[in-house]
Amino acid sequence: MSQSYNRGLVEDFGRWREFSAGMWAWVFHKFTGWVLVGYLFTHIAVLSTALSGPAAYTGTIRTLEGLLVVRVLEVGLLAVAVFHILNGCRLLLVDLGVGLERQDVSFYASLILTGAIVVASVPTFLAGVSL
Amino acid sequence: MSTQLPQEPETESEPETDAETGSQQARRMREKAERRERTRTEETPDLSDEETRVIKVFRYDPEVPEKQEPRFDEFHVPFEKGTTVLDALIYARDTYDSSLTFRHSCRQAVCGSDALFINGSQRLGCQTQLGDLDEPVRVEPLPHQDVVKDLVVDMDHFYEQMHAVDPFFDPDETPADPMVEQSQTRANREKIKTSTRCIWCGACMSSCNVAAGNNDYLGPAAINKAYRFAMDEREGSEKKRERLEIIERENGVWRCQTQFSCTNVCPKDIPLTEHIQALKREAVKENLKFW
Ligand code: HEM
Ligand code: SF4
Ligand code: FES
Repeated sequence: MSQSYNRGLVEDFGRWREFSAGMWAWVFHKFTGWVLVGYLFTHIAVLSTALSGPAAYTGTIRTLEGLLVVRVLEVGLLAVAVFHILNGCRLLLVDLGVGLERQDVSFYASLILTGAIVVASVPTFLAGVSL
Repeated sequence: MSTQLPQEPETESEPETDAETGSQQARRMREKAERRERTRTEETPDLSDEETRVIKVFRYDPEVPEKQEPRFDEFHVPFEKGTTVLDALIYARDTYDSSLTFRHSCRQAVCGSDALFINGSQRLGCQTQLGDLDEPVRVEPLPHQDVVKDLVVDMDHFYEQMHAVDPFFDPDETPADPMVEQSQTRANREKIKTSTRCIWCGACMSSCNVAAGNNDYLGPAAINKAYRFAMDEREGSEKKRERLEIIERENGVWRCQTQFSCTNVCPKDIPLTEHIQALKREAVKENLKFW
């Protein structure tokens, strides 16, 4: 063969819009998994302020919860966690070979359920905690 | 399934010596001559009184200077109920540009030679109805394989992966009498039934993101091939162990991220992801067998 044409990465990225349910589920699952790992570190950092005494800890939590951004981010964290757990259960079923022909339905169900739970949580989070 | 417009020749015209033998052949040659004449005189045939569709076809040829830069060519093709993408390509080639290159043979989803990237999805040209697609219909060669010319991709790597799983029987013992059938139970036949239907078209491999990023990944079709033998009760136990070893290597079943793209595109509706998952479990079971 003389020569051939390699279409390269640019086209691969162009194919994102051709993703199907299973591929989006995979992308979201990786993304949410790593966000959760990231959160774990901040979570430990915040909790560690308790080492400097109860007052420091209460102060930190008050300041953080006083910020609107933090409360909005918390809604995001819930969304990420709920989706990861629901889709995680879906993946466990996939690993067990259960209901593979309906994997797209279970992905959409995870999305809808996540959406519903997140919307329901918005008032609680945005109201903040009264300490 | 494919519907053939009867007047279309099967292959590019090879100068047949006795065109008179069989009226079919004579008619074909006559039509071909007419078409050539028409192309010469008016450049494009008059399709104004016919229903037509537009296809945009990927063109590339490293050996022709004007085609070294990949581009899309538009063709207007006649449409009727049952016209497939392959029919459209054949019409475009025979009518407008005889250099338009693509593989095809059976025209009934059996040979696996015309897997193409049609409107953003891997499909067989002969199995895809033009009427089901949005216009203009984009026809490209399979992604993630090198393009040799126009719609023809290099399939060598795909075939290598297929052979890598030792796709043949190696039973522990064969009946002493060669006339004795080596039959399998009905239940076992059911279990492997869909996996035997693969036509080696390469659509699955082309759709797989993991295979795109990692050329050493065996890919769905090869793993399905391994499944076909590993799950067959006639398979020898030694061979089964060897085969499981192959598929659980670094670039075997564990690369699969259950994105289901292969299962979605397989023209023979083989539940590929299901088979890959079954082999993952089989591999785990094999490794847990310490008793
Ligand atoms: C009930 C809670 C959880 C469930 C059911 C769950 C389930 C799963 C499953 C099934 C996978 C996919 C494995 C695969 O590729 O097949 C996964 C991946 C992942 N999970 Fe979770 N998970 C949970 C909680 C968490 C938490 C709290 C974190 C973060 C600290 C996390 C981080 C990750 C990451 C980073 C991945 C991706 C790993 C990779 O790159 O393959 N998960 N999870
Ligand atoms: S498994 Fe399906 S998509 Fe893959 S090569 Fe075989 S027939 Fe084609
Ligand atoms: S031409 Fe044989 S599969 Fe389409």
